[in-house]
Amino acid sequence: MSLDAKIPQGPLAEKWSKHKFNLKLVNPANKRKYDVIIVGTGLAGASAAASLAELGYNVKSFCFQDSPRRAHSIAAQGGINAAKNYQNDGDSVYRLFYDTIKGGDYRAREGNVYRLAEVSVNIIDQCVAQGVPFAREYGGLLDNRSFGGSQVSRTFYARGQTGQQLLLGAYSALNRQIHAGKVKMYTRTEMLDVVVVDGHAKGIVTRNMLTGAIETHAGHAVLLCTGGYSNVFYLSTNAIGSNVTAAWRAHKRGAFFGNPCYTQIHPTCIPVSGDHQSKLTLMSESLRNDGRVWAPKTAAIAEQLRKGTLKADQVKEDDRDYFLERKYPAFGNLVPRDVASRNAKEMVEDGRGVGTSGFAVFLDFADAIKRLGEDTVKAKYGNLFDMYIQITDENPYKQPMRIYPAVHYTMGGLWVDYNLSTNVPGLYALGECNFSDHGANRLGASALMQGLSDGYFVIPYTLGDYLATIGPKKVDTSHPAFEQTKKDVIEHVNKLLALNGTKTAEAYHRDLGHIMWEYCGMARTEEGLKKAKGLIQALKADFWKNAKVVGENEEVNASLERAGRVADFIELGELMVDDALMRRESCGGHFRVESQTEGGEAKRDDENFAFVAAWEFKGENQPEELHKEQLVFESVHLTQRNYA
Amino acid sequence: MSNGNMNLTLKVWRQKNAQTAGKFVTYKAESISPDMSFLEMLDVVNESLTLKGDEPIHFDHDCREGICGMCSLYINGHPHGPKRAVTTCQLHMRSFKDGETITIEPWRATAFPIVKDLAVDRSAFDRIQQAGGYVSVNTGVSTDGNAIPIPKVIADEAFNSATCIGCGACVAACKNASAMLFVSAKITQLGLLPQGQPERYRRVQTMVAQMDEEGFGSCTNTGACEAECPKEIKLTNIARMNNDFFSAKLFREESIHEEQHGGA
Repeated sequence: MSLDAKIPQGPLAEKWSKHKFNLKLVNPANKRKYDVIIVGTGLAGASAAASLAELGYNVKSFCFQDSPRRAHSIAAQGGINAAKNYQNDGDSVYRLFYDTIKGGDYRAREGNVYRLAEVSVNIIDQCVAQGVPFAREYGGLLDNRSFGGSQVSRTFYARGQTGQQLLLGAYSALNRQIHAGKVKMYTRTEMLDVVVVDGHAKGIVTRNMLTGAIETHAGHAVLLCTGGYSNVFYLSTNAIGSNVTAAWRAHKRGAFFGNPCYTQIHPTCIPVSGDHQSKLTLMSESLRNDGRVWAPKTAAIAEQLRKGTLKADQVKEDDRDYFLERKYPAFGNLVPRDVASRNAKEMVEDGRGVGTSGFAVFLDFADAIKRLGEDTVKAKYGNLFDMYIQITDENPYKQPMRIYPAVHYTMGGLWVDYNLSTNVPGLYALGECNFSDHGANRLGASALMQGLSDGYFVIPYTLGDYLATIGPKKVDTSHPAFEQTKKDVIEHVNKLLALNGTKTAEAYHRDLGHIMWEYCGMARTEEGLKKAKGLIQALKADFWKNAKVVGENEEVNASLERAGRVADFIELGELMVDDALMRRESCGGHFRVESQTEGGEAKRDDENFAFVAAWEFKGENQPEELHKEQLVFESVHLTQRNYA
Repeated sequence: MSNGNMNLTLKVWRQKNAQTAGKFVTYKAESISPDMSFLEMLDVVNESLTLKGDEPIHFDHDCREGICGMCSLYINGHPHGPKRAVTTCQLHMRSFKDGETITIEPWRATAFPIVKDLAVDRSAFDRIQQAGGYVSVNTGVSTDGNAIPIPKVIADEAFNSATCIGCGACVAACKNASAMLFVSAKITQLGLLPQGQPERYRRVQTMVAQMDEEGFGSCTNTGACEAECPKEIKLTNIARMNNDFFSAKLFREESIHEEQHGGA
């Protein structure tokens, strides 16, 4: 099977405009004859649901939380990029495109990334019109700050709660359409399968998390906006409920999974404090605008800091190694996330880690406080500092923060073409759920941009083309495929409920996380990955023998929900390892120890690996088949990334 | 990390669903690290309940970093526990003492029926937002984001209200189970910004009407909501909402029952 990304022909800057003109339209009076199913209500899902309903389509929207406003986009802190060039500092659509392609270590499609940069400016306008209270300057104009991997200030923000404000904007647009009767909202409802009829996605199977009812829903198209899979690592900055189930079940129904091994380890998170830890908390990348990252120059000093006989602020200036500023003078503390993370790891391996565990470096605001005053620092980052105090019981206004990398985002996801369609016609993937725009490493403040770009400005055009092609003929759940898929789901649920062993699903999840972090985390080796594969297979077998699930289906049952998600994470974990093993090069967040430059940076192998890996499910316990989509670069020249 | 671990007694409200009666059940939480969050402490208890074959204590939670608004819990008589400006997920066990008995209840309000144990149904909040908590603009706005300058103080003040996480602590704290702090937060955010002006007086009427229909009580200016709000939403918002509401009723009453048209 050949993979056609459907990138439009023609010059980069004209691709999207031309494509929009060439796409078929559904006339306004016919739109109400189409039903669209949208799973997930984060930035991508809520913006898509609102926009499609405004156009006149009938939308059914689903989320597993008690309200669409809880989706995990809400927790994004730092900001959203847009090539507005309000700061007159040399930004442009092309520069945002270039930074993003380079930041992703040349493993993303030029066409997609250019479009993303192009519509970024519309997103800001849209959100302002909705009443999103972005930060402003005294003159009343929008304020910007800098983020990693760029040398211009193009990040728009709302204190440290940008994701919250953007999501509440999209939620308000969604609410307006719910009120208008164009969106039917299903909360506390989890999607458990996709229904495929004659090769086209025509609906989903869901479980009502209050009553246990397994239900089918039909539509002309299904949009998955279900986020990423960082929780495969157990500890990540994702919400506890964030899961891969919707995407994974779609994968098992034929949708290819793209670049599963591309995961982003965020450099500035609060370090783990003990085995009880259920999640990790991010400290926004924006802090690196003013915070300086350092480790002690020698292991001996680090030892004193770990024991507590020396305090961070007592370490002499000469004994500090501001390692990012030293190694990357041009970008300094604002190098991309993968680079900053690997450097922190190197410090720890060099014996220079701090904190009681030794798994941390410092992020220091002393200079910023001296330069700007405590009040200014508080105004910029107050909520982040408060969060830090709450979690660690330490005061970052007095002592530097302790930070360490943690899993934060997954660039991989369902394979989609330029139209955001998976290889299963009628099945679309938007936002973090797809693999498309970030290559092997996502730049800061680009996730919010992509989620909203997909939902507000891409899918409203591309979906119409498909719908116009298939026509408005009603789809209903009477087709035998619905009954069969429902039967499969019930069987799976019953299989989980029958588990009556000695170990909770959460404990299996923790074990999986340890394996993934150890062997498929910040550094990966052939040997380690092979070992991980065996460990995951053994864990899977053990899960289906010894896991314990309590309660019944016909009630609120968190134990059952968790078990279903963990079972899917285990399967995904194995595919991630396969993908990482196959990709014998380093690129962005995927660091194969065997492939590095003399300076220890990720070393790509463009000749052999400039492709998207799209994996096809071939049946339970069968090896997946690899399909390659060759990446074609017409505008940028591939170089070794250099941030020095 | 193991030094200073605590043993606690929990009195937890257990209730199968809205139709059945609930009761307090006592549990032991042993060897609890002060570095754990409150929810992580409950995770530990639940893990042991599950292994015994008992049903774990059900509670709502998701982001565990204080922003999604999903966690709740009425702890020792306070929504989100004893600390100010903190959600339950950000409350850490160092706020409690070894040997302490902790009472954990769900939010209690007629408009928030119990789902199971400590989880309640807050969909009334969504319905209030659906009634008017938005600016009626379709996707595809072409006005530049900087076309209308907004004074920084206004933008900041709008943000301070927009920061509401919709958790419902204000309702749980209020002796009247009033939702006015919640509703006034959105009224204030949009009422301050130029983008919200065209629908300002209509919005306050539709949202207040929905709030009343959901069965929330009235405000009697006690201020418990403000004291317990994890995001420190201000009581003055309620004054602002009342002001807009009276203005609307006296001078600008519009029919709020006409059919709404969301689409193009």
